[in-house]
Amino acid sequence: MSIELPVTAGGKHLGQDSVIKIAILAVGGQGGGVLTNWIESLARSQGYSAQATSVAGVAQRTGATIYYVEMAPGDVPHPVFSLAPAQGDVDIMIAAEMMEAGRAIMRGFVTPDRTTLIASTHRALAVSEKMVPGDGMADADEVRAAAETAAKKLVMADMESAAAQSGSVISASLFGALAGSGALPFPRAAFEDAVRASGKGVEASLRAFAAGFDLAQHGERPQPAPAAEAPAAPAGPDKVLRAWGDLMERVSKFPARVQDMAVPGLRRVVDFQDTAYGAEYLARLQNVLDRDSADKGYELSREAAKYVAVAMAYDDVIRVADLKTRSSRLGRIEQQMGSQGKLMTLTDYLHPRADEIAGLLPARLGARVENSPKWMARLDRLFSNGRRIRTDGLRGFVLLFVLGGMRSWRRRSLRHAQEQAHLDTWLAAALGHLPQSYGMAVEVIRCRRLIKGYSDTHARGLSKFDKVMQGARMVAAREDGPQWVVRLREAALQDEKGEALDGALKTIQSFTA
Amino acid sequence: MAERSFKAEVEHLRKGAGSTFTGEGILAITKALLENGVGYVGGYQGAPISHLMDVLADAEDLLGELGVRFEANASEAAAAAMLAASVHYPIRGAVTFKGSVGVNVASDALANLASSGVNGGAIIIVGEDYGEGSSIMQERSYAFAMKSQFWLLDPRPNLPSIVKSVGDSFALSEASHTPVMLMVRIRSCHVTGSFACRDNQRPPLTVRQALANPQRDFSRVVLPPMSYQHEHDKIENRWPAAEKFILEQGLNERFGPLEGKAGLICLGGMYNSVIRALQRLGLADVSGNTDVPLYVMNVAYPLVQSDLLDFCEGKEAVLMIEEGQPEFIEQQLGAMLFKAGSRTRLEGKGIFPKAGEYTGQVMLDGLDGFFRKYAAHLLPDQVRAPNVPRPEIPDLSQTVPIRPPGFCTGCPERPIFASMKLVEQELGKHQISADIGCHLFAALPPFEIGGQTMGYGLGPASNAAFDGGGDKRAISIIGDGGFWHNGLSSSIGNMVFNKSDSVAIIVDNYYSAATGGQDIPSSRAMNATKSTNNPITKALEGAGVKWIRHIDRTYDVPRMRAVIREALTTSYGGPKVIVASSECMLNRQRREKPLRSQAVKDGARVEIPRFGVDEDVCTGDHACIRLSGCPSLSLKKLDDPLRDDPVAHIDQSCVGCGNCGEVADAAILCPSFFEARVVHNPGGFERWAASVRRRLISWLQARRAARRLSFTGAAPQETA
Repeated sequence: MSIELPVTAGGKHLGQDSVIKIAILAVGGQGGGVLTNWIESLARSQGYSAQATSVAGVAQRTGATIYYVEMAPGDVPHPVFSLAPAQGDVDIMIAAEMMEAGRAIMRGFVTPDRTTLIASTHRALAVSEKMVPGDGMADADEVRAAAETAAKKLVMADMESAAAQSGSVISASLFGALAGSGALPFPRAAFEDAVRASGKGVEASLRAFAAGFDLAQHGERPQPAPAAEAPAAPAGPDKVLRAWGDLMERVSKFPARVQDMAVPGLRRVVDFQDTAYGAEYLARLQNVLDRDSADKGYELSREAAKYVAVAMAYDDVIRVADLKTRSSRLGRIEQQMGSQGKLMTLTDYLHPRADEIAGLLPARLGARVENSPKWMARLDRLFSNGRRIRTDGLRGFVLLFVLGGMRSWRRRSLRHAQEQAHLDTWLAAALGHLPQSYGMAVEVIRCRRLIKGYSDTHARGLSKFDKVMQGARMVAAREDGPQWVVRLREAALQDEKGEALDGALKTIQSFTA
Repeated sequence: MAERSFKAEVEHLRKGAGSTFTGEGILAITKALLENGVGYVGGYQGAPISHLMDVLADAEDLLGELGVRFEANASEAAAAAMLAASVHYPIRGAVTFKGSVGVNVASDALANLASSGVNGGAIIIVGEDYGEGSSIMQERSYAFAMKSQFWLLDPRPNLPSIVKSVGDSFALSEASHTPVMLMVRIRSCHVTGSFACRDNQRPPLTVRQALANPQRDFSRVVLPPMSYQHEHDKIENRWPAAEKFILEQGLNERFGPLEGKAGLICLGGMYNSVIRALQRLGLADVSGNTDVPLYVMNVAYPLVQSDLLDFCEGKEAVLMIEEGQPEFIEQQLGAMLFKAGSRTRLEGKGIFPKAGEYTGQVMLDGLDGFFRKYAAHLLPDQVRAPNVPRPEIPDLSQTVPIRPPGFCTGCPERPIFASMKLVEQELGKHQISADIGCHLFAALPPFEIGGQTMGYGLGPASNAAFDGGGDKRAISIIGDGGFWHNGLSSSIGNMVFNKSDSVAIIVDNYYSAATGGQDIPSSRAMNATKSTNNPITKALEGAGVKWIRHIDRTYDVPRMRAVIREALTTSYGGPKVIVASSECMLNRQRREKPLRSQAVKDGARVEIPRFGVDEDVCTGDHACIRLSGCPSLSLKKLDDPLRDDPVAHIDQSCVGCGNCGEVADAAILCPSFFEARVVHNPGGFERWAASVRRRLISWLQARRAARRLSFTGAAPQETA
């Protein structure tokens, strides 16, 4: 391979470019050490002198860690190798995860004049990405774009699943990709011998190696789009199917953009309760649609179709029990655990709070119970130590099955009354902004996103929702009102306690007061 | 049992003259010790020399054959103190620990050792954990060599040089009756390479033989008036002897031409990065032949004045290449040149940054700057005026998240800190002090527990000011490693004696886990050569702790939370100590996985647990992750147009520790979590019963499905 060295080609010392510098950036536990050993023994087997270094220790406990290998042809007498990669001086950068590829670019280890970047596109999310109440995932596309400009040669593919499908680990598929990239002057067989020499799990490793090699040579095969949303027509008794048909009939009259959301919305709502409930959903939607207009692209109705469905299919005990006792669930779990045909026990961790139990009671009685601390305390004691339910056992299953079957009862429950009331006020508040401010109406509708979860989480979501609504009222009359609501909503999703949200609210108060 | 086994590599330590050794720096050092007739070895684990301790432990048979005593010392202080054997007896001894924190702990013994002086070669192998990848404060062990007047070697980071430096250290130590510190930087410890072996040597005098005829020499005792004589002896005899030896044996090296207007002086450990920078500047070839005079200090202390002045003679300027601060060597060199009335300019800090590691770029910029100033003519045109513009690399600093180290999947410490977080949600924020060890990761998100760390085993001690108690009680964390290292006396003893009204939580994971899973007195494993299974609770009782709670399964979050709550609210006014025990999952998996898969192969009944999340029940608030941070508990985007936020998802790396379920339950989060136990090789009856249950269940399911609409197509798929 030839590597131009813009800064170093000079002097009477040619040949520094005969050193090949390979850095590996991995997440602790990904087997970067194994990969390093393979590369090193490969180089030695090919008559090269090689040196590897790493920073072991606590740095490797699930943190980002770096390995470094240098090699030079055997005819170079006593080469002096560096112990650490330097910016702009890396020939091959292997990143075992997408954001680590980003880190490598950030640290200057990937430069257009020389670096072959071999990166796995899979994500191992950092804690800071995962703990955000909303969607905190870093933008992989930015890294990809950066990689395309920063690297001289780019090999990017999901090496993780390539390895997993071969029953091996990512170090093997990356080693294959290294071979496939042609960045090293060694034949494929030599790579494979290095894997064989290491002795452990050779067959699986070689399969993953081959997969990685192939990905480097031909890139990722375009996946056939996963059965594009042609949701199979529902199954069920004729009477109900006819009712469903009528509902779909009504939806088909909606504008196309609204249908995109209304169809899954309707499925969600009917799946949650029944076709009658679905009819209510469409009625609510129609009400919004009547006040919407084509020149706005029916934005309002589209959002309403989404969030009204979410609001109507709220997460109550009955729904949870229903979902956990469906046959489709068992299939999904078995596929997840790879335990098809094997015997499997199933324990569900349930811990309903007193108010969720009270929510099951008939509206009036429930309300009274909820207002009586004594009764709530009793319920709390009753359910205080959470329930571990063996859903694969008959007793546990039947318990949940019966609960899940209480859908006919649901409409009489306290929780239902509460949800309906909340839904109506919210919808009214949103539509109240019409016709003056279409934008406000849309953003207020979107605020329903803040309400999610169970128990404390649900309560926290509600309080955030209320705060945002209050803020919305303050900015309702303003030209930039909608943008402010967006800002409030995003702030609310930033942290658990809602500190960002309070900050945003203060700002608003400062100029509205 | 340590995290990494060197059993295979250790066989190479038997190699004799004529054969070549290829491997890691750590192993090379061990081999060199044996080749130089070491009589006893010891130390305390810690990056980057943990593996050296592991190698020694795995090599215990070989050491035995050679009559070498191996001690896994209780602390760095204990290790340094062991070198006392070389004070009177002509026995070579070597101990190893982490610099600079280990040196801090050892400094008491080191100072006394240095004062007494030694007969047998005594060397301290220090893994200098400085710069990138370091897990400690940024300091230098150099200051200790200066203050206690022992010598410091910093060899070039290649195996032959490192191996040679071990022999040199022993010889230098004996020639100057002074202990020698051999410093290996973090990457040198793990650097690979080859060197030509020599035969291993039995120690001329073994420690057993020494015991048979004890020796003592009053003049070696560190007591006035002898201690005054020691000081003079250091300056008038030992130091000159050392300089003489260094000069005669040529321990420091010179490269490049004799003449030259501009010269470089670097520490041995920095040689390779200096050469790399020279290569990139076109001033050296691949083999390190340079166009500029280069003085390499394999001996960092003491400096050999005559030799250095000679090197500087006739040069317009020299550049001192020395990482970190204070710049001890540059200061000494400056004084030398000044007193000698030299006209040679001394450059160093200023051209180089005062703080931080000299990375490849820093080194390149530094040398480039130096040569532009003093010897621009040497630089090739391409360097002086690069025709290629620096490539524009997009900025990702706002995109790429930081990835600090954290708890492993299934770590038994996670539920402890989840419980603490839950208790704080009830009782409010508390003063919490942390310690050294994996548990320090709790200071990072998502837990953000623990405000400060004052050193190994000092967690509770660092809360001493709050021992008097108040409206709330102070909490401190300490690991089992830290407990036995220093905690029992400095922390627990301090709590008991001062009637501390605070709470200490001892994280007992059966190993010194952060350093690589070495055994400690309370380890549960059977260890042929060490005494394990000494319960921490007994030690606490012995130390006078009355309020002790032992939790033998940290994953029991409700219990853990209850006990912490009790400790914070009980009327008892004395020290309250909670021992939270569960095995380090990293080591447990390493031990159990092979056994388990073997059992499955052998047809035994095995249950393999794993946790999961019902994606249609999860609402994507991620509260569970804020109480866990487990690598296997991640997020997944569903292609469901009605969903805004990704839902929680547990991947196949889950080891079924149960933390997420326990937490979801204890914190009343949500009903999304389930545990699936796949049963391998179930019994006949079990299979029959299961199939009956299965049939009944599917009958019920079919019955309900028949009465309602079922949207099988609606099951959300995972996005690619």
